[in-house]
Amino acid sequence: MPTRFLDAAAFAAAVLLPLAASVLSPGSGDQTRAAEAVVQVPASEMDFPLPGEFLRNSRPAPSPMVRIEVPSFEIMRRQVGLAAYGECVAAGACEAADAPQTEADVPVTGVSWIDADAYARWYAGVTGEPWRLPTAEEMAIAAAERFAGEAFSVAADDPANPAVGWIRRYREEAGARRPPDPAPRPRGHYGPNSLGLEDFGGNVWEWTATCYDRTTLDPTGEGAEGMTRNCGVRVLEGRHRAFMSTFIRDGRSGGCAVGTPPENLGFRLVRDVRPSLVARLRAFFFPQSDPAARA
Amino acid sequence: MFTRRQALLGAAAAGVLAPVLTMPARATAPASEAEIAALPRRKVTLVAPPFVHAHEQVASTGPAVIEFTMPIVEKPMVIDEDGTMLQGMTFNGSIPGPLMVVHEGDYVELTLINPETNTMPHNIDFHAATGGLGGGALTLVNPGEQVKLRFKATRTGTFVYHCAPGGPMIPWHVVSGMHGTIMILPRDGLKNEKGEALAYDRIYYIGENEFYIPRDADGNFKTYESHGDSYADTLEVMKGLVPTHVVFNGAKGALTGDNAMTANVGETVLIVHSQANRDTRPHLIGGHGDYVWEQGKFANPPAKDLETWFIRGGSAGAALYTFRQPGIYAYVNHNLIEAVELGATAHFVVEGDWNDDLMKQVEAPGPIPLN
Repeated sequence: MPTRFLDAAAFAAAVLLPLAASVLSPGSGDQTRAAEAVVQVPASEMDFPLPGEFLRNSRPAPSPMVRIEVPSFEIMRRQVGLAAYGECVAAGACEAADAPQTEADVPVTGVSWIDADAYARWYAGVTGEPWRLPTAEEMAIAAAERFAGEAFSVAADDPANPAVGWIRRYREEAGARRPPDPAPRPRGHYGPNSLGLEDFGGNVWEWTATCYDRTTLDPTGEGAEGMTRNCGVRVLEGRHRAFMSTFIRDGRSGGCAVGTPPENLGFRLVRDVRPSLVARLRAFFFPQSDPAARA
Repeated sequence: MFTRRQALLGAAAAGVLAPVLTMPARATAPASEAEIAALPRRKVTLVAPPFVHAHEQVASTGPAVIEFTMPIVEKPMVIDEDGTMLQGMTFNGSIPGPLMVVHEGDYVELTLINPETNTMPHNIDFHAATGGLGGGALTLVNPGEQVKLRFKATRTGTFVYHCAPGGPMIPWHVVSGMHGTIMILPRDGLKNEKGEALAYDRIYYIGENEFYIPRDADGNFKTYESHGDSYADTLEVMKGLVPTHVVFNGAKGALTGDNAMTANVGETVLIVHSQANRDTRPHLIGGHGDYVWEQGKFANPPAKDLETWFIRGGSAGAALYTFRQPGIYAYVNHNLIEAVELGATAHFVVEGDWNDDLMKQVEAPGPIPLN
């Protein structure tokens, strides 16, 4: 017992003090930067339409629904703001966005995936925290009831006539058209979802880290026979899912399957949850039970 | 201050030069007023493009006087999805003005109305008409006036008509929307190069036009309160000859989505395409022009199997095509920058059975095999 107590005290000295220090002195970053409010997303499961394109029996197939389990993570409550992005530009780590300059607290728009990725790297560096772009799965979990995913309906199109599917999709696209509404709104305008995540599904579509895959499903549709990954195209989530080349900054220049193309492209960041004190203590005393420690 | 050209055009409009400009009559013997008065008269109600009023392809009667009425409508019009506003000028309220269809030998009798609500004088120049600046010299009407013009349809083909009120007003009125097309069919209908009859199940009419919308200091398109307010800035953009929009039927997307043209596999479609001001090159992606009157004049044999056809600025052409495969067809100006970036894209939705003999995806996209 006493031994253990001493070990615990040594642990506290070794782990908690640096932790406290990092709270007091957030990395090498600018001390005046307001911390981004985050939403804690608990470990969750959901039925998730896989992003990408799917072929089955040599024909386009609907996106398969899979059950996903996503560990707990933290996500910025709001999309990265124009002002915050401007700090990265000022630091020389980001390219200026193609967004109208304003004093209003609007999300940054007119940014490509490359821009978003650059910001994530810079922000992780200045905060000393592992910020990164979310995966499409994380975005879906955080979007909760606002998650839209694929916009096309699922129908058993005539396998002998590819035009049936083309025409059905074309008509769905035409039916989903609405007047464009590109002016960025102040952050918070579109309100929070049930998790407290704000503005998802507004007029800013959000870049994810997920690459565009083309998957050939086996004849049963249950498994995959082959897959081609194209990380030059990434998944965006928003009012509907979109796929765009990583250098695109204007959503209307293409890449959206259905409905009005994304009015604006923006992003927010996630970070993996710092293990709780209990988890750290458990890892310290029982390292063999912690998969991360074994790795 | 008048330029020489303006003075000439102005003089012509006043009738001073009319005898000089009048072409020799083509008809063998001019009909007397009494003979024309004895002809049957038919009234046509025009419809908005891309549709065309009901008409016979082969005339079942002899020549007639065909009566048309067109009000001129000046109105602001939205020309793209961003809501960019054009101070538009139109024949019959649409850009382009409606397609008028008659047969060779018919008399076109047009009542042109310039309502009091308009602000400018207008007229109409028919490329199909002979003499009087195509009718422009005889049709100048101020707001609150109307005029009636009759001309004989002596040549077959598709022909542009447009407003031509003199001087710099001419291009401005045209690029503000005042142009349309008349189609004069041979009395016995369309024919191929061997003189065999050709017919269409559907006809669509596409008026391509380009706009020159001024921008503000931030590069955004400007909106003007009135035609007059827009004039000086617009003229400067026009003189640069770089359009801001190149569109079909008056607006980006006017013939796509819910407004896409439709057809069925096996149907033959006549596509009439006009451009009153600037060259263009229509192309049907995934299809062809089976028979194309590139210059639009039916006395010439049609070209066959064209991939892309050239429509000279200031003319209208016609292409006949039988759809053989279902799907979504894009009909574009094959300067693809103009098609995609500036707006010159229309769509056909064609339903019917797929023909594997004509096309089949033998192997779906997949990873490159490693051997």
